Amino acid sequence: MWCIFAKTICDLDYCMILLLIKAVIILVVFGITLGVATYSTWAERKVSAYMQDRIGPMRAGWAGLLQPLADAGKMFFKEEFIPASANKWLFIAGPCLAMLAACMTSAVIPFGGEMELFGEKFLIQAVDINIGILYVFAVVALGVYGVMIGGWASNNKFSLLGAIRAASQNISYELAMGLSIIAVIMLTGSLSLNVIVDRQVQPLFGIGGMNWNVFYQPLGFIIFLTCAFAECNRTPFDLPECETELIGGYHTEYSSMKLGFYLFAEYINMFISSLVMATLYFGGYAYPFMDVVAGALGQNIAALLGFGLFIGKGLFGVFFFMWVRWTLPRFRYDQLMNLGWKSLFPLAIANVVLTGILILLFQ
Amino acid sequence: MLFLTKIYQPSDYLPILIQFGLAVGFIVITMIATHALGPKRHSKVKDETWECGIEPVGDARTPISVKYFLIAILFVLFDVEVIFLYPWAVNFKHLGWFGFFEMITYLAFMLIGFYYIVKRNVLKWE
Repeated sequence: MWCIFAKTICDLDYCMILLLIKAVIILVVFGITLGVATYSTWAERKVSAYMQDRIGPMRAGWAGLLQPLADAGKMFFKEEFIPASANKWLFIAGPCLAMLAACMTSAVIPFGGEMELFGEKFLIQAVDINIGILYVFAVVALGVYGVMIGGWASNNKFSLLGAIRAASQNISYELAMGLSIIAVIMLTGSLSLNVIVDRQVQPLFGIGGMNWNVFYQPLGFIIFLTCAFAECNRTPFDLPECETELIGGYHTEYSSMKLGFYLFAEYINMFISSLVMATLYFGGYAYPFMDVVAGALGQNIAALLGFGLFIGKGLFGVFFFMWVRWTLPRFRYDQLMNLGWKSLFPLAIANVVLTGILILLFQ
Repeated sequence: MLFLTKIYQPSDYLPILIQFGLAVGFIVITMIATHALGPKRHSKVKDETWECGIEPVGDARTPISVKYFLIAILFVLFDVEVIFLYPWAVNFKHLGWFGFFEMITYLAFMLIGFYYIVKRNVLKWE
């Protein structure tokens, strides 16, 4: 595909068709992200309910399946409250920014392998850029502005404290997260998410599609996982919205869909970080015996199966977020900061050095 | 290997604009809809800042602990240092042992700084 692409880069018609295909993929991926985030709220309640021996939402639709739609509808019809002493525009900009940052990352994730439709080969990926992982980090880091601006603009003590906590926590864990990825990049030699997955598609011990990074980077994965929890403000690191101390945290003053945006952005971030984790450490769309399936049933079926399994990996990640929520109690703020700076940061550096030595020895 | 030989063009980034437009459109429409649909009933007491039901005392924008600012400055410092690792990591296999020891030296300097910060109790929370 790349040779064709390079040859016909000047061909406008070809570019328009390619852009159209990309637009369709973007629309589908965007829809999937929003859909999964919507139904994560339902899953969160159901999972919580089963873990606490309850049944959870049951009234709206079969097994409460219409509950997220009812919630969204309710959010629209709630009063839009803006405190008199708040900065009006910043107050509105906060949740919008948080949502924007959450919506922008799904574009670069490779959702599936190569497919062939109408004689044209393309990847199930909206945007294939050579610095995919850096793009994800740059955009995710912008999310902290949404929280910070919203918390400050509310002119409420609880909001401000929550926002400062959130900002402080996010930037602290970003360091260790960035370092844990460096080890993956050293293994792969590229910042492109595509190349990172491509390396994991290769066989390990004769099983195709099993060369997952998690087997090479167990420590790096645990560091990344811990940081992902902190970045998403999820339990055990949900101090920014610690209701016993800070009421609602940074969204204390928010109502209607503005509150909905903050909560929704959190669920989107959970899903996206699960997908990024799957891409970096669990083979992305690669699965065991991928080459055998492709040989027996054709490339398209194999790619679609990989796409489904990739979404499955993401959903399992979201489930894991919920599982941990009801397993671990919340950290204290000094414990959180100590874990981030004094444990994870040196550990991530040690991981980089160890990975370097092992790669050079076995090269 | 096929991927490594691919030539990346600035036009590869075009679909990001589509995604940006889609996200902005979704957000703007949702915000306008929620603004138009919800009721609007104001009163002096209701529009006050919420402070556990009692009358708000002073302004919320009071000075906060300097610890948070120190964390922010340290983040900027260390994040810039971590950014330097990215190009090195991409070319790691080509640079070999030489590049590895170069980076070990760099990391050692960074860790000396980190040790100094820890010893100065900057990261100590009461």
